Amino acid sequence: MYKIVEKKDLAPNIVSMDILAPRVANSAQPGQFVIVIVDEAGERIPLTICNYDKEKGTVNIVIQAMGSSTKKIAALNEGDYLKDFVGPLGRPSDYVNADIEEVKKQRVLFVAGGVGAAPVYPQARWFHEHGIGVDVIIGAKTKELIILEDEMREVAANVYIATDDGSYGFNGMVTGLMEELIVNQGKEYDLVVAIGPMIMMKFVCLLTKKLGIKTIVSLNPIMVDGTGMCGACRVTVGNETKFACVDGPEFDGHLVDFDEALKRLAQYREEELELAKRGEEKTCTCQHGGAN
Amino acid sequence: MDRFKRVPISVQDPKERITNFDEVCLGYTEEEAMAEAKRCLNCKHHPCVGNCPVNIHIPRFIKHIAEGEFEEAAHVLAEQTALPAVCGRVCPQEEQCEKVCVLGIKGEPVSIGKLERFAADWARQHNINLAKTKEKNGFKVAVVGSGPAGITCAGDLAKEGYDVTIFEALHEPGGVLVYGIPEFRLPKETVVKPEIENLKKLGVKIETNVIVGRTVTIDSLLNEEGFHAVFIGSGAGLPKFMGIAGENLNGVFSANEFLTRNNLMKAFREDYDTPIKVGSRVAVIGGGNVAMDAARTALRLGAEVWIVYRRTEKELPARVEEVHHAKEEGIKFEFLTNPIEIIGNEDGWVKSIRCQRMELGEPDESGRRRPVPIIGSEFEIEVDTVIMALGTSPNPLIPATTSGLDINNKKCIVVDENGQTSREGVFAGGDVVTGSATVILAMGAGKKAAKGIDKYIKEKYGEKAEA
Ligand SMILES: Cc1cc2nc3c(=O)[nH]c(=O)nc-3n(C[C@H](O)[C@H](O)[C@H](O)COP(=O)(O)OP(=O)(O)OC[C@H]3O[C@@H](n4cnc5c(N)ncnc54)[C@H](O)[C@@H]3O)c2cc1C
Ligand SMILES: Cc1cc2nc3c(=O)[nH]c(=O)nc-3n(C[C@H](O)[C@H](O)[C@H](O)COP(=O)(O)OP(=O)(O)OC[C@H]3O[C@@H](n4cnc5c(N)ncnc54)[C@H](O)[C@@H]3O)c2cc1C
Ligand code: SF4
Ligand code: SF4
Ligand code: FES
Repeated sequence: MYKIVEKKDLAPNIVSMDILAPRVANSAQPGQFVIVIVDEAGERIPLTICNYDKEKGTVNIVIQAMGSSTKKIAALNEGDYLKDFVGPLGRPSDYVNADIEEVKKQRVLFVAGGVGAAPVYPQARWFHEHGIGVDVIIGAKTKELIILEDEMREVAANVYIATDDGSYGFNGMVTGLMEELIVNQGKEYDLVVAIGPMIMMKFVCLLTKKLGIKTIVSLNPIMVDGTGMCGACRVTVGNETKFACVDGPEFDGHLVDFDEALKRLAQYREEELELAKRGEEKTCTCQHGGAN
Repeated sequence: MDRFKRVPISVQDPKERITNFDEVCLGYTEEEAMAEAKRCLNCKHHPCVGNCPVNIHIPRFIKHIAEGEFEEAAHVLAEQTALPAVCGRVCPQEEQCEKVCVLGIKGEPVSIGKLERFAADWARQHNINLAKTKEKNGFKVAVVGSGPAGITCAGDLAKEGYDVTIFEALHEPGGVLVYGIPEFRLPKETVVKPEIENLKKLGVKIETNVIVGRTVTIDSLLNEEGFHAVFIGSGAGLPKFMGIAGENLNGVFSANEFLTRNNLMKAFREDYDTPIKVGSRVAVIGGGNVAMDAARTALRLGAEVWIVYRRTEKELPARVEEVHHAKEEGIKFEFLTNPIEIIGNEDGWVKSIRCQRMELGEPDESGRRRPVPIIGSEFEIEVDTVIMALGTSPNPLIPATTSGLDINNKKCIVVDENGQTSREGVFAGGDVVTGSATVILAMGAGKKAAKGIDKYIKEKYGEKAEA
């Protein structure tokens, strides 16, 4: 059992939790993820490691309550326990083990979509700690869904905001803002790191391919074990089949077959809807009833 | 009574059992077991013993059953095996102990496996404590993986007085016994869990959710956590795909994914959250135990199922009993057939599978005649799900994160006759060394490595650890 030592609401349906898991905290690196099982009946749910504190032995995760499992997790409170918490999984981001002098030469733009701001934050912080200022775009549907803006400003050189409805910052999608910065304002970048919904990463990659900027994405396909044992997380990268949980989750975005990846994400949609119905019947009288 | 005929064992009726996940074989009653045991000739040279990979003293335990001394029978089993209730159910007996049974020359061999299962089940139902351990010696051994190899190695070392911790990547201990082999062949709550509990009674600690190579490393276990030796029993869990067009379509699964969703995550139960996709027409590719298990699972989840295998029935690597049960249940077999492409619809879902008929040509390295395609024989089977059961290989994670650990060209860890790897103090055994094999071979390897570890530690550090 893994204790939730701190819980914060970041936005409607988005919560941040610090989980006591000393072994995971001790080995975690930027770019990796964990798998969580909420209770005996729970599924194995992959979540990015957003932060970690080796001294306290805690790992921070940020959860967007989407379907029944993420709602169950988000409904837990400080002092409650998760049944299982395993990690760190996947390979760390490439720059972690690269020559730091080479890394310093790069001008990096992070593009975070929605809850993707959470996994971008420790990466931006890693660069900051190594004396490198990066630019960050945070995009969301509307103002109240922009998360971690203040934290990001402390570690990034520039933070730009985009909202689909124009309620805050740039009026439009993150790709629109990228074009504004790069094409209209003439900003130059050597590397783009995009983390967010699959569909956003697809469009970011289409744009950066046109602009000729290398792009790393963090894929979030359906997973079961997260250790290379099942192949549920298969993605096609550069015409080869890769297992995102062990070969990724970060890949060269220009090589990813996003159309296939998007189709594969929809594989259990019917079952998820069925489960969501069941969940509502079961929890309708319960006070914290999940986020909806 | 006809000495050459087996006492029949009762099984669930095929029509009934395809609607549930309860065990197919119901086991002997006490009277049946005694009658079957009485057939054993108690041969002096007992060839059966030499053909059991862990050398269970077969005539001795069977004699106890014949005389109604079931507890004594269980003690004889416990001398050699930590998992008798498991092996009695899933060992390929007809290829091992029973193959050389003297009675088999003129008639049917003694049902050694079924009797083993009987004695083990009896002991469990009667809460017989089989745990005998020596005084603690203060040495710490880490075991990676909780499949049959790891369980056996841990159990043997604990009995010798070692302080043993198992590190398991998944959230549930048991390896293939829990995630791979289905309920209807190996019940989890009543058979596997109690065997794991027995291990804990011996003092073995089990830490689940620890991935060696990620959460910790072999080096950190040895250098930072003070373990005197490590045993790697991490199995061969990586699924193979065919590399044909259409394999990433929705509805194509590895047998591992399909079985893990169903067995480990209990997707067959309404009250569990993990979803499973079965479809109404399923093709399972392959002919081993894994293919049979996937096919019979899909059948129980309501589908019509074909097994597509490129050789003939004679070459099927699966256990005879499982093939027999699969046929009884209505699984259809397409022998001498090989898939060449999976065809999808416009939404990315499987629509059919294109196959080619084969004929047997010259023998290959394995001595079996190689299947060769018949030109112009292509045809399609309409299915909505395809399950690939083509075999597995060891996960490269541990060799990739451990310095000085040699592997061979099949990615298997190389060991010497004591089970020791190229790295001092690091031992290995089971599927990670042999590639996918059997439960009993993995147990044999775990046993051998336990002896090797005992010898290594005592030679290096003496009889007892310094306090
Ligand atoms: C490596 C990795 C890291 C991840 N990191 C985070 C994280 O830090 N925070 C977070 O909130 N989520 C993260 N996710 C996504 C998270 O695992 C899914 O949201 C979760 O599995 C959905 O489960 P559910 O039962 O709540 O929803 P479901 O009922 O399964 O699905 C609800 C909706 O979400 C869609 N969906 C299903 N699976 C995914 C998925 N893997 N990614 C995106 N949409 C999906 C479905 O199509 C459906 O529309 C990550 C996924 C991966 C693979
Ligand atoms: C579906 C199926 C049916 C089968 N049917 C039969 C049968 O009828 N009869 C028979 O004799 N054999 C059968 N087998 C084969 C048999 O189950 C295996 O040969 C046997 O389980 C191998 O044992 P093992 O201990 O080497 O590995 P496994 O049972 O594979 O156990 C390895 C364990 O190590 C864990 N692990 C892996 N990597 C790590 C890591 N890095 N850190 C920590 N833990 C890790 C795994 O999660 C797993 O729990 C079947 C196999 C399958 C898949
Ligand atoms: S363990 Fe297997 S081979 Fe040995 S006696 Fe039992 S069934 Fe036979
Ligand atoms: S060979 Fe057969 S008959 Fe002889 S001892 Fe073994 S089991 Fe009994
Ligand atoms: S999640 Fe099972 S192999 Fe990647």
